[in-house]
Amino acid sequence: MNARLRWRKFVSGFMLTMTGVCTAVSVAVLFFILGYLVYHGGASINWNFFTKLPAPVGETGGGMANAIVGSAKLLLLASLFGVPIGFLGGIYLAEFSGSSVGFVVRYAADLLNGVPSIVIGIFAYALMVLPFKHYSTFAGAFALGLMMIPITLRSTEEFLHSVPRALREGSMALGASKWRTIASVVVPAAYRGIITAILLALARVAGETAPLLFTALSNRYWSSGWNQPTASLPVMIFTYAIAPYDDWHRQAWAAGLVLLGLILVVNILARAILARGSAVPRS
Amino acid sequence: MHASARPVVSVNIPTGVSAMSREAAAALPMRMTISKVNFYYGSKQTLFDVNMAIANNKVTALIGPSGCGKSTLLRTFNRMHETVRSSRLEGEILLDGQNIMAQDVTQLRRRVGMVFQRPNPFPKSIFDNVAYGLKINGSKLPLAEAVEKSLRHAALWDEVKDHLHKSAYELSGGQQQRLCIARALAVEPEVLLLDEPCSALDPISTAKIEELLVQLKDLCTIAIVTHNMQQAARVSDFTAFLLVGQLIEFNATPHLFTTPSDPRTEAYITGRFG
Repeated sequence: MNARLRWRKFVSGFMLTMTGVCTAVSVAVLFFILGYLVYHGGASINWNFFTKLPAPVGETGGGMANAIVGSAKLLLLASLFGVPIGFLGGIYLAEFSGSSVGFVVRYAADLLNGVPSIVIGIFAYALMVLPFKHYSTFAGAFALGLMMIPITLRSTEEFLHSVPRALREGSMALGASKWRTIASVVVPAAYRGIITAILLALARVAGETAPLLFTALSNRYWSSGWNQPTASLPVMIFTYAIAPYDDWHRQAWAAGLVLLGLILVVNILARAILARGSAVPRS
Repeated sequence: MHASARPVVSVNIPTGVSAMSREAAAALPMRMTISKVNFYYGSKQTLFDVNMAIANNKVTALIGPSGCGKSTLLRTFNRMHETVRSSRLEGEILLDGQNIMAQDVTQLRRRVGMVFQRPNPFPKSIFDNVAYGLKINGSKLPLAEAVEKSLRHAALWDEVKDHLHKSAYELSGGQQQRLCIARALAVEPEVLLLDEPCSALDPISTAKIEELLVQLKDLCTIAIVTHNMQQAARVSDFTAFLLVGQLIEFNATPHLFTTPSDPRTEAYITGRFG
């Protein structure tokens, strides 16, 4: 074996090791975060955490029931607002638009997707908070819904594009209108992918904090209505983590654990739906 | 079908057709007539001045080498070409003496059904596939009866009657194609267009479909595109031979295959090209 060959073998082995180590690090980060959350917050997750309101300042105990319900309300409203717009827009993009309109819309959606969440927050603040002079669940949901639109739109479009043209033609050849074809053949053929995408969009905005800080604000009690400020898990984590009380820190860790668990569950669910395979076999 | 009530349309049969067959063809009632059809994808012309006719309750085959425009021609018969944005059609296509371009396209396609190259059942049950056309057309017929009737016509009923609610994708390729035929027949079209229906099928499934086509003649008028000359010879009554967008020869099938009048037709059917 000459020196040149030895050098080549060394470089090859070295690079293999490096790529492997970096892969291990990437995966390890997730498990490290998970482990850290469990270590610090695991003890605070108990029945009270899910059922009780936050304890008054200075007392220990209490829970985050209002934040959990608040997050659920925000996500529900955000989906009601963002999903239909993104879904129908995606249908237009995939089925009706010409190439030039399509290009513009696609580009705009990708840009909107890249807008920092704090900017979305300011926008929602200016539009939904300032005119009414108070923070509200509506404003928070509006901000989160805005963030869901581009994700839903682009993935709806992609999954509709993957439906074979032959199915559309089969339906049109029977005298079905374009809309009828889309509603009864194309969308049913792509629904699994679309539902997955919506779940992932939901998981993505579930952890957003910045847009909620000046829209939904927070609340130490039950929110008295959709038009009032509400607590949410991400904002509670933020508030509790920067507070000077050890008990609050533990609860912040616990809230982080609950939030991460929620997102993991949604992701696994989405993968399970997709893994059941496409409704149309690839030919 | 009331064949006798149909107007007898004189057909502009291209030159090169013998007097005898011209008479024979002209005496038949025609379901569709195609005159001076030119077709363009963008600026590229793919059909040149095509004139032909589809005889009532007969099988008309369109043959020719790949890219000759036979599928394009077939797709103009129910205006499926309109699904391609840049396409443009010139000329006149009549269905029962009426211009198809002047009709509502969904109505037209209900009357002129189509079966495609690859089986394309919907991601629904066998039953729902056949019932689809009836549902979208707001048919008042009892669905179950109509579905059974169509499946029987497509010679598929005995194979699927016990699992009508299984997914259509559980059927074999040949069964799927017969399901697509049943689906098209369910809306009782006057004309059934088939675009190389057997090209993705094995020989046994192909034989079944060919047999079926011959039986279906009584039910509706059939136009079939095929790259398989033997298939055209076996199933069709009339054959049109196309070459680079031009209709070279159109004649009664036995006539075209035994005594072609154009040297290019002869070269093609004897296998010298294509």
